[in-house]
Amino acid sequence: MSATTEKKPRLTTSAMIASIASEGQRVKAAPFGKALVDLAAARPDIVGMTADLAKYTDLHLFAQAYPDRFFQMGMAEQVLVAAAGGMAKEGFVPFATTYAVFGTRRAFDFVHQVIAEENLNVKLCCALPGLTTGYGPSHQACEDLALMRSIPNMMVIDPCDALEIEQAVPAIAAHQGPVYMRLLRGQVPLVLDEYDYQFELGKAKLLRDGKDVLLISSGILTMRALEVAKSLDEIGVGAAVLHVPTLKPLDTQTIVREARREGRLVVVAENHSEIGGLGEAVATALLSEGVAPRFRRIALPDAFLDAGALPTLHDRYGISSAAITSSVKGWLD
Amino acid sequence: MSDSSTLSERAYRIRRYALRMGEVQGQGYIGQALGWADVLAVAYGHAMHYRPEDPQWESRDRFLLSHGHYAIAFYAALIEAGIIAEEELDTYGSDDSRLPMSGMATYTPGMEMSGGSLGQGLPIAVGMALGLRQKNNPAFVYNSMSDGELDEGSTWEAAMSASHHGLANLICLVDINNQQADGPSGKVLGFEPLADKWAAFGWHVQRVDGNDLQAVTRAFDTARALHERKPRVILFDTLMGKGVPFLEQREKNHFIRVDPPEWQQAIDFLDQSQTEGVAS
Repeated sequence: MSATTEKKPRLTTSAMIASIASEGQRVKAAPFGKALVDLAAARPDIVGMTADLAKYTDLHLFAQAYPDRFFQMGMAEQVLVAAAGGMAKEGFVPFATTYAVFGTRRAFDFVHQVIAEENLNVKLCCALPGLTTGYGPSHQACEDLALMRSIPNMMVIDPCDALEIEQAVPAIAAHQGPVYMRLLRGQVPLVLDEYDYQFELGKAKLLRDGKDVLLISSGILTMRALEVAKSLDEIGVGAAVLHVPTLKPLDTQTIVREARREGRLVVVAENHSEIGGLGEAVATALLSEGVAPRFRRIALPDAFLDAGALPTLHDRYGISSAAITSSVKGWLD
Repeated sequence: MSDSSTLSERAYRIRRYALRMGEVQGQGYIGQALGWADVLAVAYGHAMHYRPEDPQWESRDRFLLSHGHYAIAFYAALIEAGIIAEEELDTYGSDDSRLPMSGMATYTPGMEMSGGSLGQGLPIAVGMALGLRQKNNPAFVYNSMSDGELDEGSTWEAAMSASHHGLANLICLVDINNQQADGPSGKVLGFEPLADKWAAFGWHVQRVDGNDLQAVTRAFDTARALHERKPRVILFDTLMGKGVPFLEQREKNHFIRVDPPEWQQAIDFLDQSQTEGVAS
């Protein structure tokens, strides 16, 4: 049997549930849970709430450290969100966790009416954003950013790695008002420490510069964009990476400044449906400012995605490093 | 003057304010306001701790109007409580008013939540009750809701949550008038046996005539004095349009449109029966 017909090892869904980290990647365990525990020492107003998913959102660390400030609301996301609103009304700063599908899709009206309409100080931190589970559409939150961006008063954060989550937790706690933050849990990749990175609410950060391509990305797609930029380097293509962890409010100024530079292909990459996420936000911002560069997008399709192993699915839907590299090369030719 | 006659005057004034606001718009949830006025009179005239001049006073009892469409009744209660001025009544539902037709916390002093999306009050009340307990604040949280909200799953999620957390500082007030938007509650989605359901969810349950001021007062007193570590619910059977016979008898009384001369007739009737009631 020749090498080309040799079968690849069959990947399974379950092998990939615990982590989005690829093999050999540097990771940190439970950055959200640890950061919240650290912060809570100095902030007695912080409470933790969850809907039967403390262990799966790393909130169990908070529950262990501060059992009298942890509230288990059961598998009832509407109550989780509304009770967090009630807690905020009494002066507490609740960090409420569940999976992104449940916190956004299922409890949408409660997020909208109870929390956002009164501008309450609830931090909704939701795991399994976008395509970070192989469990199929029941668990894949491909519309969470679109839903949360559409709500007035809501700040929307899509962090990239463990370092950024550690930095974002105190930052969103200091912000007065509701925040939706996508959560990476378990063994979380660590990449931004190589870039002298500091998270700032509402700020986009240029992680590396390059003359041919501008990759604009958020969340784990920034991790991919950095890998793509390195591989483009090897073939003599200079790729800049602009990381946009805050989708709302959007740092239009920085995005426009970078996109205005002549001669670069602009590619927006996101771990979200092509509808209502970073790509549409950036496109609107650019056209509103009269900037119309060559523009392409990497995003999940407007479709119910397959179940399966994450590496397979990331390849299939074009958000693996190899798939993005190949797309960008094609657009450059 | 006995406490109950004072309360009857309060209930009368709440009904009268509500009718006058209804007249501003020519329509409204008047049937509910007339039916719920006795409960509001007891809540604000007897049971609750609050400071009219400081609606955000930390030690106040919280009153959540989950059924935001009862705003016309609640504004009337807030006027009676001295939290908003009677003159504001004329702005009800008008542009730039602090009294929108559906109740919102962001508009009105004394309004603790933005209601109207039904089934949200009780879950918020759970969070507030947990928060008050966490602060060692002995205030009560009252959640005022309609029987239609019993259709909402979130109500029962919250009911389960409240008893799980042993929220003895939570008192839920349910208006059972058996009328929903599409018709009688029993035909829309039957919810009986209601007392059994709440009891099965771990609540202390009372069911009383919500238009009998003495019974209402006793029920509030019992709910507040209870030592059990349980949330408390009072199921109030009420009559839509109570106090104005031609509105009590109206078949479609979920959302009432009243012809202009009828508003004065309704107010005249209330005034007359109140005079007779006080004299007797």
